[in-house]
Amino acid sequence: MKQFAYARATQAADAMRLQAGTLNSHYLGGGTNLVDLMKLGVAAPDLLIDVTALPYDFVSETDEGELQIGATVRNSVLAAHPQVRGRYPALSQALVAGASGQLRNLATVGGNLLQRTRCPYFQDVSKPCNKRDPHSGCPAREGEHRNLAILGASEDCVATHPSDMAVALMALDAVVHVQGASGPRQVPLGEFYRLPGREPHRDTTLRPGTLITAVALPPPIGPSRYRKARERASYAFAIGSVAAALAMDGDVVRDVRIALGAVAAMPWRARQAEDVLRGTRLDESAARAAAETELAQAHPLRDNGYKVPLLTELVVQTLLELRDLGA
Amino acid sequence: MPPPDLTSRVNLRVNGAEHALELDNRTTVLDALREHLDLTGTKKGCDHGQCGACTVLVDGRRANACLLFAVAVEGQQITTIEGLGSEAALHPMQQAFVNRDALQCGYCTPGQICSAVGMVDELAAGWPSAVTDDLTSAPDADPDEIRERMSGNICRCGAYVNIVAAIADVNADVAR
Repeated sequence: MKQFAYARATQAADAMRLQAGTLNSHYLGGGTNLVDLMKLGVAAPDLLIDVTALPYDFVSETDEGELQIGATVRNSVLAAHPQVRGRYPALSQALVAGASGQLRNLATVGGNLLQRTRCPYFQDVSKPCNKRDPHSGCPAREGEHRNLAILGASEDCVATHPSDMAVALMALDAVVHVQGASGPRQVPLGEFYRLPGREPHRDTTLRPGTLITAVALPPPIGPSRYRKARERASYAFAIGSVAAALAMDGDVVRDVRIALGAVAAMPWRARQAEDVLRGTRLDESAARAAAETELAQAHPLRDNGYKVPLLTELVVQTLLELRDLGA
Repeated sequence: MPPPDLTSRVNLRVNGAEHALELDNRTTVLDALREHLDLTGTKKGCDHGQCGACTVLVDGRRANACLLFAVAVEGQQITTIEGLGSEAALHPMQQAFVNRDALQCGYCTPGQICSAVGMVDELAAGWPSAVTDDLTSAPDADPDEIRERMSGNICRCGAYVNIVAAIADVNADVAR
């Protein structure tokens, strides 16, 4: 690991000043991904700015019924929060489906959003990777890609975003509060991430040095649920996941939100499926038609075509489960 | 000698004692414990946060010591296996592992025990897990819950059956 300087910031302005003053710096949250990437040589900052002492360790409800979640709240604490368990169960379920008890105690909300892909080529500095080293090439299209993208990928990159939490946040219409050089801004999660295109090294639309301060959730539209498929029962990344929220009028869908995980470089908001479902009677065939409409856009690679039926079934089961909960 | 800003003076609070160390910023809590404080009970397995052998308690919460830079935990209380109990007076979780023969080679055991101690507190606080059906009520402490909550600790000897039994014993005592 390359040597680095360390500073602990107690105010956002300090963190951003330090960041602006060093060419190659990183904010440090829980470190569960960044420290590992430093060990692997994938990240090699000259300065680590510890942001865990910033005043963002809060979960609070606004007068408008929004839930504001500070960026440094630990994943385990957020998963256990009564408001999250009661009003946004998909978020609690997604959090406890991720990583291990130890890692969830360290990982922060902001850091979880900004974690990097676990594509094996990205994590191996002896291999080319357009995300890690722009224009070096992508061996994944022809190589090991069983758990890489089927949606929104490009010639240059087929990486997937690894977060469970972010998939739930996408279905819950989360808005990311950030502090940039020009002041505070609010970025809907759907505009926070970006698809790889020709610039896969840019995971988000944020400018370098921007600090995440909080994530805000609007009042839920109805009950929500997160389902995750993985290759072992616990402590593994998703090979496919679904977060959904549902509001019914009788047996007709009044409103619905669906996001898919482990299929793209960002949590994939299934807007086409949502459009198919709104105003229809929700039964198995309607749910299946919606999922199939969304996944008709998929471009599977040689070894990840299994994700299309997997995600289809996950969507169907999740929607029917929400319906039966009495959404 | 590297430039001074690449090292830090760190006051590490471990098992109730304070240690003033001059550390390269790259030093993890795991390496500080083992290489600087001779506390070799905490084990290095994968060194990437995947195996749980390095689990310690940080302000009472379990964490992977291999992913924490020592400079970042100043002011926090680290508890290692050496701080949980002594040979003369084992911690109840240590005693339960002995009673249940919950190990074979023993390499993962300090991490298993620290993790289990943290986990029992999490259960007592009502934290949910991935196998908790009803998020709005307190989880049961059944074997499924224990297995799920301990999935961050790998045992290559496969002593899991007795590890779960040992933790269930302690948890029943805590709950009583």
